[in-house]
Amino acid sequence: MTLREDDIAVSAAVPIQRGARMRPTPRHAVIAGFVVIAFAVPLIASSFVMFQLSEVLIYGLAILGLNLLTGFNGQFSLGHSAFYGLGAYTAAILMHNYEINYLWTLPAAGIVCFVVGFLFGLPALRLQNLYLALATFALATAMPQILKFHALENWTGGVQGLVVDQPDPPDFLSMIDGDQWLYYVTLVVVLLMFAAAATLVRSRTGRAVMAIRDNPIAAAAMGINVSLYKTLTFGVSALYTGVAGALSALVVAFVAPDSFTIFLSISLLVGLVIGGVGSIPGCLFGGLFMLYVPNIANSLSNGLAGAIYGVILLIVIFVMPAGAAGFVRAASAQLSRWRQNPAEGGHR
Amino acid sequence: MELLLQQVMAGLANGAIYACVALAVVMIYQAIDHLNFAQGEMAMFSTFIAWQLITWGVPYWVAFAITVVLSFIAGVLIDRVLFRPVQNAPILSQIVAFIALFSILNSSAGQIWDYTIKSFPTPFGTAPLLGSMVDAHEAGMIGVTLLLLGFLYAFFRGTRLGLAMRAAAANPVSARLVGIRVGWMTALGWGMAAALGAIAGILIAPVVFLEPNMMIGVLLYGFAGAVLGGLTSPGGAVVGGFAVGVLENLAGTFIPYVGRELKLTLALIMIVIVLMFRPNGLFGRIVVSRV
Repeated sequence: MTLREDDIAVSAAVPIQRGARMRPTPRHAVIAGFVVIAFAVPLIASSFVMFQLSEVLIYGLAILGLNLLTGFNGQFSLGHSAFYGLGAYTAAILMHNYEINYLWTLPAAGIVCFVVGFLFGLPALRLQNLYLALATFALATAMPQILKFHALENWTGGVQGLVVDQPDPPDFLSMIDGDQWLYYVTLVVVLLMFAAAATLVRSRTGRAVMAIRDNPIAAAAMGINVSLYKTLTFGVSALYTGVAGALSALVVAFVAPDSFTIFLSISLLVGLVIGGVGSIPGCLFGGLFMLYVPNIANSLSNGLAGAIYGVILLIVIFVMPAGAAGFVRAASAQLSRWRQNPAEGGHR
Repeated sequence: MELLLQQVMAGLANGAIYACVALAVVMIYQAIDHLNFAQGEMAMFSTFIAWQLITWGVPYWVAFAITVVLSFIAGVLIDRVLFRPVQNAPILSQIVAFIALFSILNSSAGQIWDYTIKSFPTPFGTAPLLGSMVDAHEAGMIGVTLLLLGFLYAFFRGTRLGLAMRAAAANPVSARLVGIRVGWMTALGWGMAAALGAIAGILIAPVVFLEPNMMIGVLLYGFAGAVLGGLTSPGGAVVGGFAVGVLENLAGTFIPYVGRELKLTLALIMIVIVLMFRPNGLFGRIVVSRV
């Protein structure tokens, strides 16, 4: 899996940014603006829009999980629907069968997925590219079958799935309704996890993870424990996607085996590429695409929805081959070049 | 013992389907160096065209030939029109373009021919053979798969064009420097893969019936077979395809308790275990990497 040189430049730039950590940049202002807007949206939007935005955030978080693995570590996965499903079922089973508080189900789902992801990362060490794609693909096709398996029906509810009771907002927040409360829960969890991912990527560990992506042999020669970091990345990636799954169980209030098929993995992959491989904010754009574009295609024509979706996808790939993040990066580079030298830029 | 033999034969019959598709998968992999997720949908669309021709009263083999030629042309066009512009994009973006093509073909076929299941004629008949362990169509399918394999082997090993295609896939820059039109070799690979897919679709349709989603499951097995055999080896893909069919059937029959419900999962787990020991597939070339 070869990635673009732009991504490599990110790791080279890190030591310089360290010294200048305290000085706010335009990037910080944009992020702060988004956070303020995200907290203010429930004041004006309807509860259906709140539900949709919660899903966008959840998809964004799941895509971030995939991005940590694919974008930053160079391992390909078609199996993230399985981790998403595992997280969702862990949360649903804990709430439905054991009546555990919904907030505790999120870390529980994260831990379960981390362990499973870490263990799956061990055989994945031997496989590369398409062979790894097949192995993770096996995981994705196995998950719905295992969830339907008759011996586990007492826990999983079999083909019927499980209904989850949606939590009410706490008493001191009685002025907001259930959808708004769930949106805020999702927003806080997602923001914390995005911040953690951004920190992780900029750390020593993150540089080791990216060095493995760029050249595993050279990374090993520099003393990086390639096997350990690859399996750990698999675990952390599964953790992110699993927490996203658990949040989705809360927001949708229902889990069923056929929500977690290979097609979910493919959607996540599409979201990852559209948002930008190796970009953290891009994941949220991928989430937006994943939720809204199929809806738009459906509203244009019921019968040809798939074809319209495909055409939109092709156009996006033609216009932004490196995803939204690559597009923004190229545009801002062009803009600064134009600022420095208006005469030259104007003619191009 | 008889049950074992029967299940193996039934597995081989299914395996012939997977082997056909696996062959097409390897074909395109050789030409463009990654997998075509839309391969199955291209084959499905071709099969619908054949069905339409037969419904209009065209004789079977004429319809077969027209479909294969049309599919070849369509394959070349898809490469020239859709994939040439993104050939320098990152690999994952190209994969997303395949997914887009998949979605377009699937949905258009559903719109044109609707989603009702259609039966498809077979030229081989359905008479039972070998003490009713396989029927004539399944035997015909196995025969055609082996024939195609022989043809491809002869083409890639024995002709200048085959050699040029292999060179273009193995090292595009050097191939261009010795005068091979690499872009057209890729287009040719697409055309051949589309034609192979059309043959596979037409052979499979009498068994799985014709509908827009007919190839999704089959492609997954074909993909598994191709990877098991090694993506660089057409012969390996055929062996892999047959192996997946047999493994799936045996797992479903002989592994008690979990077998029937989880047979696809079990087959895939076995493949992953095989890949643990042979990371480039059973017959694949080992790629040596440099720093």
